[in-house]
Amino acid sequence: MINKIVSIEEAVDKVKEGMTIMVGGFLANGTPEDLIDALVKSNVKNLTLICNDTGFPEKGVGKMVVNKQFKKMIVSHVGTNPETANQMNSGETEVILTPQGTLAEKVRCGGYGLGGFLTPTGVGTEVENGKEKKVIDGKEYLLELPLRADVAIIKASIVDKKGNMIFSKTTKNFNPIMAMAADLVIVQADKIVEIGEIDPDQVMSSGIFVDYIVGGGK
Amino acid sequence: MDSKIVIAKRVAELLHDGDVVNLGIGLPTMVANYIPEGMDVTFQSENGFLGLGPAPEKGNEDWELVNAGGMPSSIQPGGMYFDSATSFGIIRGGHVDATVLGAMEVDEKGSLANWKIPGKMVPGMGGAMDLVVGANVVIVAMVHTQKGAPKILKQCTLPLTAKEQVNLIVTEMAVIRVTQNGLVLEELGPEATVEEVQAATEAELIISPNLKRFGLE
Repeated sequence: MINKIVSIEEAVDKVKEGMTIMVGGFLANGTPEDLIDALVKSNVKNLTLICNDTGFPEKGVGKMVVNKQFKKMIVSHVGTNPETANQMNSGETEVILTPQGTLAEKVRCGGYGLGGFLTPTGVGTEVENGKEKKVIDGKEYLLELPLRADVAIIKASIVDKKGNMIFSKTTKNFNPIMAMAADLVIVQADKIVEIGEIDPDQVMSSGIFVDYIVGGGK
Repeated sequence: MDSKIVIAKRVAELLHDGDVVNLGIGLPTMVANYIPEGMDVTFQSENGFLGLGPAPEKGNEDWELVNAGGMPSSIQPGGMYFDSATSFGIIRGGHVDATVLGAMEVDEKGSLANWKIPGKMVPGMGGAMDLVVGANVVIVAMVHTQKGAPKILKQCTLPLTAKEQVNLIVTEMAVIRVTQNGLVLEELGPEATVEEVQAATEAELIISPNLKRFGLE
């Protein structure tokens, strides 16, 4: 059997300069903090971020923002991290603000093999700029395209050695959809258990999406 | 009474037994405190659950259970957690009866702006654009003016959150319904007169023949 459990250093070594990275979590809730800390330490630069938001300066993906590791960020909200606005205003980084539901669905499409979707969200706003519009049954929709990443770093509460995952409460958010939308998936686990210890009925996202597992300290 | 409480109470009375409701951050969150006794309202939290309950007591916070503002929350019996794609399927799919949110500007066509002040502040739209398009009823809950300057306009000047989606505007001065013909003043706040409301509103108001007063104790 393939051993997916690696050290944090081995895991973050897979994240290379210029890659597109998905980071699970919502305002740092459900974000793999240990992997973030290790990526700050590795100091890998020129990344493109796909995440719900840019966290806080001292919590979540915001720590990587402060360390200026992103040349581009595709997010729905930046209001909790003033450093994002600073880098936007100075032109150091490009921020593509995307409605949260559209962002989630773009990631889902990326993982589900779909070429895009039609959404009413953003019609008549700046969000429609440059996008194709379609009228279905008399209602206007925007064509939104899928998002994929080179690597996704996600967080789960319980992970078995195959990578099958359980997410606790509201830490689920973007984690299961990002697990399906990246070429390489690294999961930080609170707890690692043996195969078979998780009832298949309770598995929330499959280990077939997971390449590496770190953590298990809790 | 504090004007925010006046607004939150009036919005709470607009909801119905069995409704699924999403409350925005800030003033809209206060609506949950004034749901009339015996009324069953399920709150949806777009970060990933149905059955949002009150904030936990200090010392009992669970950081794996937070609201859409990232703050510790609680879940009611019968609730459910889900991922972000499902959450917005619930929202865009018309399964949310009402959304209550704040605004920087609303106009007489029901367009609203609340996510960006160019050159000044760009927090992002978060889930607001999806909520306003997806919820069956969109209620804007806000103080009537920005330090005296009207926020209810003929036409929004800031970048829009959504075009022509607002149904009701509730302020400490008025309940205003967005209709095909324009904005209809349906109710006056506890201390407001028609003249005062019109003076604090840039858009022309149509006075309902059944004009009522709300917020009287």
